[in-house]
Amino acid sequence: MDQKRLLDSGKYITELAQRINYLADIKGGLEWGSLQELLDRVQNLRSKLFDLKEDELFVELEQIERRLDYLEDRVVQDLSPIEIVNIVRSPQRFTLQDILENCYDSYTELGGEGECNIDPAVVVARATITRRVKNRLYYHQVMVIGHEKGYGEEFRNGGCAKPWGNEKALRYMKVAEIEGIPIHSYIFTPGAYPIEDYPGAAQQIARNLFRMSRLKVPIVAFISEGGSGGAEAIGLADIRLMASRGYYSVISPEGAAAIEGRIKEGGKVPRELVEHCAAQLKMTAEDNLKLKTIDRIIEEPPLGARRGDYQFFRRLRYEMVRATDEVVLQTKSFRTFRSYALKRQSQEKEEDFSDEFDIHIKWSLTDSEKKRLLELRSKKYRAMGKGYKELRQTLQSRLSEAVESLKQNYYDIRYGLLRQHSRQVQKLIEEVSSEGSVFLKTVTEPVRVAYDFVFPKPKSENGLNQQDILRRSIFMQEWEQYISPLANEDKTVSCPNAEKYGCKDLWVPDLYGEFSGVCPSCGHHFPLEYQWYLQNLFDPGSVREFNKHIVSANPLKFQGFDEKLKKAIERTGRGSAIITFDASVFDIKIVVAMLYSDFRSGTVGSAEGEKFIRACDRARTTRRPFLAYIHTTGGIRIHEGTLGVIQMPRCTLVVREYIDSGGLYIVVYDNNSYAGPVASFLGCSPYQVGIRSSRIGFAGPRVIRETTGADVPPDYHSAKNALKRGHIQGIWDRREFRKNLFEALMTMGGPHLYYK
Amino acid sequence: MEINLKDLLKKYKSHPYEDHEIRTPHTGVVHINVEDGQEVSGPTGLWNHRPGTLLYVLEREGNPKHITSKYTGFVTKLRKELDGSFVQAGEPVMLIRHRLNKEEIIDRILREVLYIFPAPQRARYFFTPEVSAAMEKDKKKAINLKEGDEILIMSLMKRDTLLSYEGPAGVLYKVYFKHGDLMEQGTPLLGICSPERLPFVEKMIQRIRTEWDD
Repeated sequence: MDQKRLLDSGKYITELAQRINYLADIKGGLEWGSLQELLDRVQNLRSKLFDLKEDELFVELEQIERRLDYLEDRVVQDLSPIEIVNIVRSPQRFTLQDILENCYDSYTELGGEGECNIDPAVVVARATITRRVKNRLYYHQVMVIGHEKGYGEEFRNGGCAKPWGNEKALRYMKVAEIEGIPIHSYIFTPGAYPIEDYPGAAQQIARNLFRMSRLKVPIVAFISEGGSGGAEAIGLADIRLMASRGYYSVISPEGAAAIEGRIKEGGKVPRELVEHCAAQLKMTAEDNLKLKTIDRIIEEPPLGARRGDYQFFRRLRYEMVRATDEVVLQTKSFRTFRSYALKRQSQEKEEDFSDEFDIHIKWSLTDSEKKRLLELRSKKYRAMGKGYKELRQTLQSRLSEAVESLKQNYYDIRYGLLRQHSRQVQKLIEEVSSEGSVFLKTVTEPVRVAYDFVFPKPKSENGLNQQDILRRSIFMQEWEQYISPLANEDKTVSCPNAEKYGCKDLWVPDLYGEFSGVCPSCGHHFPLEYQWYLQNLFDPGSVREFNKHIVSANPLKFQGFDEKLKKAIERTGRGSAIITFDASVFDIKIVVAMLYSDFRSGTVGSAEGEKFIRACDRARTTRRPFLAYIHTTGGIRIHEGTLGVIQMPRCTLVVREYIDSGGLYIVVYDNNSYAGPVASFLGCSPYQVGIRSSRIGFAGPRVIRETTGADVPPDYHSAKNALKRGHIQGIWDRREFRKNLFEALMTMGGPHLYYK
Repeated sequence: MEINLKDLLKKYKSHPYEDHEIRTPHTGVVHINVEDGQEVSGPTGLWNHRPGTLLYVLEREGNPKHITSKYTGFVTKLRKELDGSFVQAGEPVMLIRHRLNKEEIIDRILREVLYIFPAPQRARYFFTPEVSAAMEKDKKKAINLKEGDEILIMSLMKRDTLLSYEGPAGVLYKVYFKHGDLMEQGTPLLGICSPERLPFVEKMIQRIRTEWDD
């Protein structure tokens, strides 16, 4: 027993109690390893501190410490994924506040402090971080954005960002971009707070991702607790670091267990199932590094870093500076020696670790470097999350692929090289002729009037021009309508609004035949299979599917998922929950991605993400409008873990590139559209429309009830309410889908259906 | 309008129930799901979005319609003989007897006894400053009203309109809104009692509150 302990035994007893409680947090209770007994002994010591003799006290303390050391070693040797989750959730774990205090030299919190804040779960600070190079200090300005879990303050919501919290984050990202300073984002969230109030949980995350994909400053993210969509809202970074005892997952293990075990609301989820799911989800830092969803792991102490682990903060500060250096250096054309110096230093052993840098790198970027930064970001995310399977293609499909490749070259020349020149020439001619026309008009006008009077312009038979004819034809059904097989049943059904509007019972052949699944009295839309849309929405024979050979797999080897996947493939005859195809609507050629319900409830995994990206790229190459028709999506497929989550930034980035290049991206939601996809590549579209009676949102009513403790009205997610909140821009009737789509293409698409 | 208060009280005391007859909305085969005397509950939840107890299923042309209870109470006069048989529209299937609690009885009696002044349109309502001040000054003092008295301010879209009382002269007995509440058109705002009937009404309500079991 050293002198310090002698003098400070009260404090030492408190530390021991904290260590015991920390172990109890990790093991899920005091029952394990007789922790309760140890804690009782510590409490006993505390109460009798001044009654015991010094020797007795020290002997007892030493015994407790030895026992604790032994127990901690045991926990470290056999740390399970659920225990890592418990480490992250422990109230003793470090928070963003500790990082700001210990890694940054000074900081100013923006947008309020503590409770007086638009969202106390999101902290934004303008901070200064220093680097020491040969005993000289260099200062860097950064924007720190992250989640603050707080030390048990209720108002922090455990780090669950509300929509306006994410909006605040976005606002300051833009400030960082204007000021040209890097962003350090710290992810400490179990998930986003699932409410639809404006700007809406899903829509705001989508906006953040959309903006971050082209943010012209280096972004470095550090993940301690990465809860799905909430994490992505500030997580689209050039380098993603992760704490060695952190977790990054598509869903909480409890949520996954409730789904896997089909546990009813309010029911208790068995602990074994939660542990099983935690292991299956591959959420630890090592797993994520293997899956390449993160770039590097930052080592913590074996049982995780706590608030007082200053050595860890020293390391973290060094790693954040180094990661930012790396991002900046990658954009430089001349960087070999500096990169080498940085790499050599990072390979130093832990015990030799020094936070002094050999070099100083400035973090400001020139215009060309910013361009390269965005290129690298795009390349990085495009290469991520490839957990799908590619089937061997038939000769025919390989031939069509070759044709596609040729087409691509053609389009590159047509819209790339030639278009560029022709536009310039056209522009010049327009300018010259405009100038000339002003001069000539005064001379030629009387002549033109006289000419028109003598030789009037011929009109078409009914006085309409070609555009009018085309517009008129949209009211006609040019081919025999596809009838849903649902109509083959001789029975009646009741409209769910019958009580409210007095709708009469509907005879099924009428409902699914003549009425197209729409109640004639109140307009309620009964769900229809996706084939109905394939047949009735597009011009007959125009649908040509591509990338059929990309199929869903089980990249995490999630137990029992192979069978489920097999069943889905057998039932649908398809390999994924998305169908991508070329089609035309009134002869307007478009590219379509369709998520449909029959295949794992339209959930998005690697295959779906990849097919979506390829479809989007195809639309960009061929300069065609891109339609995402969402028959149903249940969110990100939990069985693919973070490989699924990563599809959110991935696909949004590609959508952003498409829109930036001038593309028209329209999203139409039908039936149910929830979670990740809505919070990323769908929600970022400037034109989002809901089909009547559809539901759109972030989390379903059950998740909202369980997370927030508040009930939600039955029509909370209805398209009507989504429209009222400003999440979508319109509601379409299914029977007028084709007409409305055509009109949307004509009005939003401009003369060339492609802006640039 | 002469109401015998004693008879009214007697009526509720002898039969403190409200009966709701459940009839078939259309033809079909009935499958009864409850027993005679069984307690049933009406819709629940903040928005009454959770349906009440399933009473019976009415099936027509392969469309089984689940008829749930709109009221809380117990089932009586159940026509069990209809179970499994085809019935016409409007056929009584059972009666749901809802036991009125004290507050419901008081509310019903007051509505019969008092003159109700309804909201002329959907708006926010306030008492005029004079009435408001009088109410504040002495909460127990009765406020007498006669036709033409300016009593309320109707506020809608930043337009304030003075409302004059229309109805028989009397004492303001019950206020159905809180200061500044948004009230729908036709909902009761004030309950006015004639001065001679006032002591009886107060006594009766007192008796119901203290003596009756809920």
